[in-house]
Parts: sequence; structure tokens; C-alpha cells
Amino acid sequence: MPDLVTRRPQGLYCEPGDFYIDPWLPVARAVITHAHADHCRPGHGTYLAQRDALGLMRARLGDDAPLEGLGYGEARRIGDVTLSLHPAGHVLGSAQLRIEHRGEVWVVAGDYFVSGAGDCNTTCAPFEPVRCDVFVTESTFGLPIYRWAPQTEVLAEMRAWWMDCAAQGKQALLMGYSLGKAQRLVAGLATADAPGPVLVHAAVARLNAAYREAGIALPHVETVTPETNFKALRGALVIAPPAVQDSRWAKAMGAHSDAFASGWMRLRGARRRRSVDRGFVFSDHADWPGLLSAIRATGAQRVIVTHGDEGALVRYLTELGLQAEAFATEYGDETHGVEAAE
Amino acid sequence: MKGFVALYLALDASTSTLAKVAALKRYLAATPPRDAAWAVYLLAGGTPRRAVPTGELRALACEAAGLPEWLFEAGYAATGDLAEAIAYVLPDPEDKLDEPLSEWMENRILPLRALDAAARREAVLAAWRGLSADERFMFVKLVGGGFRVGVSKLLVQRALAEWSGADAAGIAQRMMGYTQIDTPPTAERFQALLTEDAGGSRGGQPYPFFLAHALPGEPSALGNRSDWLAEWKYDGIRAQVVKRDGQVWIWSRGEELVTERFPEVVLEASTWPDGTVVDGELLAWRHGESEPAPFALLQKRIGRTKLSKAILAEAPVRLLAYDLLESEGVDRRQEPMHLRRARLEQLGIATSPLVDAQDWPGLATAREASRERRVEGLMLKHRESAYGVGRVVGSWWKWKVAPLSVDAVLIYAQAGHGRRANLYTDYSFAVWSRAPRDAAEAEAALDATGGDLALVPFAKAYSGLTDEEIKRVDREVRRTTVEKFGPVRRVRPTMVFELGFEGIQASTRHKSGIAVRFPRMLRIRDDKPLHEADTLDTLRELMEIGPQGQADAGEDLADD
Repeated sequence: MPDLVTRRPQGLYCEPGDFYIDPWLPVARAVITHAHADHCRPGHGTYLAQRDALGLMRARLGDDAPLEGLGYGEARRIGDVTLSLHPAGHVLGSAQLRIEHRGEVWVVAGDYFVSGAGDCNTTCAPFEPVRCDVFVTESTFGLPIYRWAPQTEVLAEMRAWWMDCAAQGKQALLMGYSLGKAQRLVAGLATADAPGPVLVHAAVARLNAAYREAGIALPHVETVTPETNFKALRGALVIAPPAVQDSRWAKAMGAHSDAFASGWMRLRGARRRRSVDRGFVFSDHADWPGLLSAIRATGAQRVIVTHGDEGALVRYLTELGLQAEAFATEYGDETHGVEAAE
Repeated sequence: MKGFVALYLALDASTSTLAKVAALKRYLAATPPRDAAWAVYLLAGGTPRRAVPTGELRALACEAAGLPEWLFEAGYAATGDLAEAIAYVLPDPEDKLDEPLSEWMENRILPLRALDAAARREAVLAAWRGLSADERFMFVKLVGGGFRVGVSKLLVQRALAEWSGADAAGIAQRMMGYTQIDTPPTAERFQALLTEDAGGSRGGQPYPFFLAHALPGEPSALGNRSDWLAEWKYDGIRAQVVKRDGQVWIWSRGEELVTERFPEVVLEASTWPDGTVVDGELLAWRHGESEPAPFALLQKRIGRTKLSKAILAEAPVRLLAYDLLESEGVDRRQEPMHLRRARLEQLGIATSPLVDAQDWPGLATAREASRERRVEGLMLKHRESAYGVGRVVGSWWKWKVAPLSVDAVLIYAQAGHGRRANLYTDYSFAVWSRAPRDAAEAEAALDATGGDLALVPFAKAYSGLTDEEIKRVDREVRRTTVEKFGPVRRVRPTMVFELGFEGIQASTRHKSGIAVRFPRMLRIRDDKPLHEADTLDTLRELMEIGPQGQADAGEDLADD
């Protein structure tokens, strides 16, 4: 039987269903795993995605984009295949695609995050392993040096840093990508017992609104505006996208300490290049143990590795006795430290 | 060790001098002298000998983490730092070892060298089982002999001074030799750093070296030529020679005692009056020659563990004095430069000659002859300048001759280390075997093998670019990668660089037959198409002009 999903110049393609998965060039029919820019690009004829992702996609693609939603676990017949979506734990509405064709099952996971012991993420449905014959996995952090501490522990470190800033009379500026990462931070830090006020950048506020519309109970946080009086705010924590670093926007905060939340902060070199005061290892991608446990849980005998450190993961899986190969994709930017969209 | 690890991370994360000094002071205030003694030793540049071979550390890490070697190496390549790679791949700790830094150093780390491989293995694995990721990182740095930190010795002295109330110059003076290898620091030695001298015997205690900055522009900006003394900047080993109590001590710039390696200089200095301290350059200089031998000869001698009669005859070393720091047992460092020089000459010590061109243009002309004289250029010192501490801007300047340069093609790239980890920052360069006729012939040669036109690798360089330029080159390397071998990428050449170097000489070790000294990138030649890069003949011509240098200078004893 020919492969159910192949790589074409436009992106990953499912022939018996005649649709593309997260294509990077315009196509007639796209199925989207999640709303990050490198996976959800403008210009396709129709878009099918998990229902909760539609608000985020609309924010990116415009109100008249031809979007259609599907709930997790709901089956849809497309051409000769049956498609269903399953939680990937990455961002709101992120989905693994389960594609069944004549008894063979492929799962294309998109980006995913596997919660460790003690993790509690209320901003999206947690990753659920789906049994399959062939598993298409990401490998953003596909090296054994990437092992995450439980996110609750990292949030506690962030909170300690925030309180330390406050004690020194400084505001705390915590940067992370506005879609997904920022909401994890808001949910984890703007708690009832937070040591000070939490504010967010307008870009984060827009996406927070989309999360709330999809039914996620994010805590209320103020949005930073030109009128925000930082002098009157003591010990505030501001959550903003990475682009604000050293900008006039950030200078308006007055004396502050800055930090960056990303899996890439695992590396000292990346931390120092970023030249922030603190780097927190806080990701919405699977770490090395997460990738391996996810792959194992699918029961797949064949694994196709996409964007990230494909080489190492493919070789390792091969040594474990699996049939493994790589697809070259145009998501993210391979192993390129903090420049990559996470 | 927890406190020291926290200090290291604070120093490593910050770029602010003020914040670093504050972190150091907080640490000193909270730490017993026995541990502070070690912290100061390590931060001021002390490096314990490697206690465990790095190959052994890698193998143990693979074993403890259950990883195949190639996979560990892939992680190492991504971090660019062995200690980091080991710290991150190991499983979470099983128990907690919470011991002070001095106990770690004295009871666990230094004794490792004397253990056999099996006992060493047990000791390392036990340490890893009991340490957090950050502590393991530090442990590997300390046992692997690769400990470095982003603070200068001056900064440590400043923090010690501010914290203790003692004078910083005095601390700097007493700290000379504190970080010597194989002399572990103690609480007593640490306390002595902070205690003013009672006037007793100072033994071989040297003074801190005074260093110069590179002259940023033209010397005319310095004002009157007559206010400045100009002397040749020799290319040897900067050293301080102390003669006191009938005994001679020779200190390198790295504050290592190197007395035994230069018996001729000891013999010469033993004739000086007691209470004499001279700053100068150690040079290989054959009798009767008008200029020193190439640095390569000195390096050859440094490389020998035993000084045979043959090597002493082949590479005799002499001291050429630059400055007088002490005479008649009196510290002369605050006296004006011209007076110190006059005293030096009175003592009859061979002194680096002054270059007496009347005006700046005349001096510039004299400087042109640097290569023939086998010097690096000129040193400009203000007549009235004191002998300061460390690298201070304003009264001493290095005015080196422009380096030799060629336009070369980038052919391989490797990711850097530390701050440059995960960025392609270390490059291999090539020149053409002969000049290509045109762009088309050059392009064709890139695809063909075995033709007479080819790119011949001749140098590696990793310094000279700005962060912005590095990012640009990094992108280009990724875009043009043809092959990956572990951490190294072969690219389809697209970029030409102007490469500068200090010396050039024939070499049998290099495929090109040529070795260059201190290669670095001067600029990216966006204006140069590939086929206009230089050729092997260009390099051979340069070899005929300059004095012969030697690639890969001995770093431990390298001068400033």
C-alpha cells in the first residue's frame, strides 16, 4: 500500500483524502494542526481544524477565512479516508490528526507537549496518545539534553524571581510567545495569591480573549496601554512577546528586570545571547523523554520525524528497532536557539 | 558548593559590573574564609589540574544516562559545552550532597587525580547522584579542568576591597601568585590577602602587571610627540624578574613561577642588587644577532619539559627590560616613567631601546620596519606615567603594525562554545590553488574534484566579527550546507573574508604547506566574488616579506 502521507512541495499531503496538512504554500484544502503562524498560513481554499482553534485562526487569517471546525474525537469522512482530531497539549485547539484508510492508521502529531508528573495546564487539553501504525512526530527538542522540570516547579522559580524584583523596587518583564506560552504563564502566575498585579501586552490580551471565548477560564489581567502608570504599580509582572525586549515599550515600564520563558533557555549559550536577566526553561513542546514516551505509547512500528533534530531522533529510533525516517518540513527553524518560533 | 554555584550563575547571567560586584560581596559576606579562599582562587583565574580525563567523563555520562556515545556527542555539539551536556543528560539526583566548597575541592575533587580508574569512576558517579543539574555542571567544570567565569581579576579585587575595607591596590599586590597551580588556597592565605603588610620579608612576591590597550586611532591624537616614549613591542614572553635576599624569581604574565625554565636569566639577574624588580620580555636571542629569533624558537624551548644542553644552545633566552618596579627595595611604580627608565639604565640592565623619531610621521615611518625587526610594532608610554595595575586606558598604548592579510573563502563551519554555542562561529578558510580564469571556472571547480583548480584550506579563525555579522554568517552557513559531519558543516562556498594574521611560515603539518599565526577575520568582503579570492601564490609571496612566525602559539606563556 502506498504511503498515506507524503511530502510534496506545498507540504505534507494525504492522497486518498486529497488534503494537505499544515501546508506552507497555498493549496485547495488544508487541515491545520494548530494556529501558530508556521503551521497555519494564509491563502488556502478551505481550512479544517479543531473547533477551539478557530478563534485563534480567525485572529490570524481574518474574519472571512473559510474555516471549518471539528471536535476532538469526532470522525469525518474525507475522500477515501476517515479523519479525526485528538488533543496534542501544545496550545489551545492543537490537534493530532488520525487518518485511517483501509485499516491502516497514521497519526500526524503536529507540535505537542507531554505533561510530566505534577504538571497542571488548564489552558488546553492534555496530549492523548493514539494507537497507530505510522506516527509522524515533531522533534524540536529531539536531543537528550532537553529534559524539562515539571512546569509547576518552573512557575515557582518565576514567582520567586518576580518577588525578588519587587523587593529591589523593579518591575518584572517576562517574555514568551503570545499564543500559547503567554496563556500558560497567565494561568500559572496570575493566581489568587499572586504577590502583585499581572499585566499583559495588547498582543497577548487579544489571544487571551480568544482563549476565553473558547471557554478557557483565564484569570483576569490588565492590558498595558500608553496610559498605564507604572510608577503607581509596585511589584508588577508584565507578560509580553519577545519582540518587546529593549524596545521603547519596555522602557516605559521604568526600572525592570527581564526574563524569557522558552525551552531554548536550557542552553547557557542561548541564554547569554538573549542577554536577559533570567532564562526560564519553560516550553510547550515535548522534551526528549516526552518524545520517546509519546512515540512508545502510539505502538507505531514506523515513525516519521519532522522539524527539529530529525537526524538524532531517527537514528536513535532505528537503533531501538523501529522503522524511522525524516520528512524535511518548513516549520519553525531547525535547532536555531531562541530565534525559532516555539 | 551551593552558594558558589549560585554565585557563578549570577556572575554568568549578568553583564553589569555593578551587579557582579554586588553578587560577589553578598557571597563573601555569607561565606566562611576557608570556602571564600577557594572561591577567590577559582574566580581570579586559578585552575586546578584536570582531575578526570574528559574522555572518561564522557564515557561515564553515557553510562549514567544510558545513552549511546553518538547521541551524547550530538547533545554536546548542541550545547557547545561538555559540562552542560553532562549536567543535562544525567537522570535526576537520588540523594543530596550538601558540602561546602572547600570540602568539595579538598576531599572530593583534588584527590581524584590520585585514584585508579575504578575508584575514580565510583567517586564521580557518587557525586553526580548527589548533585542538582547546576551543581553537576560546576563539578564537571572543576574536575575537567575547564573552569572559566566572566569576571576579571580586577573585579574580584574590587569586590574584596569594598567588602573588607582594605585597599584594592594592596589586595592586587598580595594576590600575585595566589592562583598558582598546585598551591591550594587556605583560610590563612585568604586572610593574608586582606591584611596590610607588616613590613617583613616579601620573598619573591611580584607586582601586578600593567597592561596596555590597542591604540584606537592615529597617535597624533595623543598630543605632543615629546610627551611620549616609544619603544619596540617585542614578540616574546612578558615576565617580571624579582631579585631579593640573594634570590631570583621569574613570573610569567599568567602569574606562574617559571624561574627554573630560564637559567640564563637567573644567572644574569643574580648580579643585580637585592630589592630589584624588573618588567620585561623574555626572548630567544642568539649571540651576535641584531634581532631576536622568531617566536617559534622560543616556543620550541617552552615546549621542552627538560632543558637539555642542546636546546639551551639552540635557543638561548635573554631578558629585555621595559620597566623598573622596585629598586633598593623601594616600590618605584608611582614615579614617572622617564625616571624609572633612567634608573633601569643606571643599573646596567639591558633595556628595550627607545625609538627616537622626532615627530609622529617620523615614528610612523620607523614603525614600518617592525616586521624586519621581528617586533609587533611600537609601545607608546607617557613620560610621566606611573606603573598602574591591570589594563587602564590612557597612559600606555600598543601601536601594532597592520596584520598581513589575504582574501579567503569560507569552506567549513563549526558551532562555537559558551555564549556562541549553537551558532556557527568557527570557520575554516581556503585560497585557490591558482587564480580562476573567471566566475564560471570557479563555480565549475566547486563541483568537480581532482582538477588543478581547487580551494585549499589553510587557516581556521573564529574572532573578529560582530554579533550581527556572526548571525548573518550563521544563516548563510545553514542555507548553504552541503554535508554535516558531527558538529562540522561543509558549505557550498559563497562568502569571501579578509583574513588577517601576524606571521606566516612553511609547515609540513598543513595540507596547504603554510601555517599562519593568530588568524582572525578583518571583514566580510561582500564586494569580492568567489573567483577573486586570493591564491596559494599570494600566501607564498607574503612568506617572503615577513619574518617567520609560527602558528598556534603556546598559550600558557603567551605574552600580552
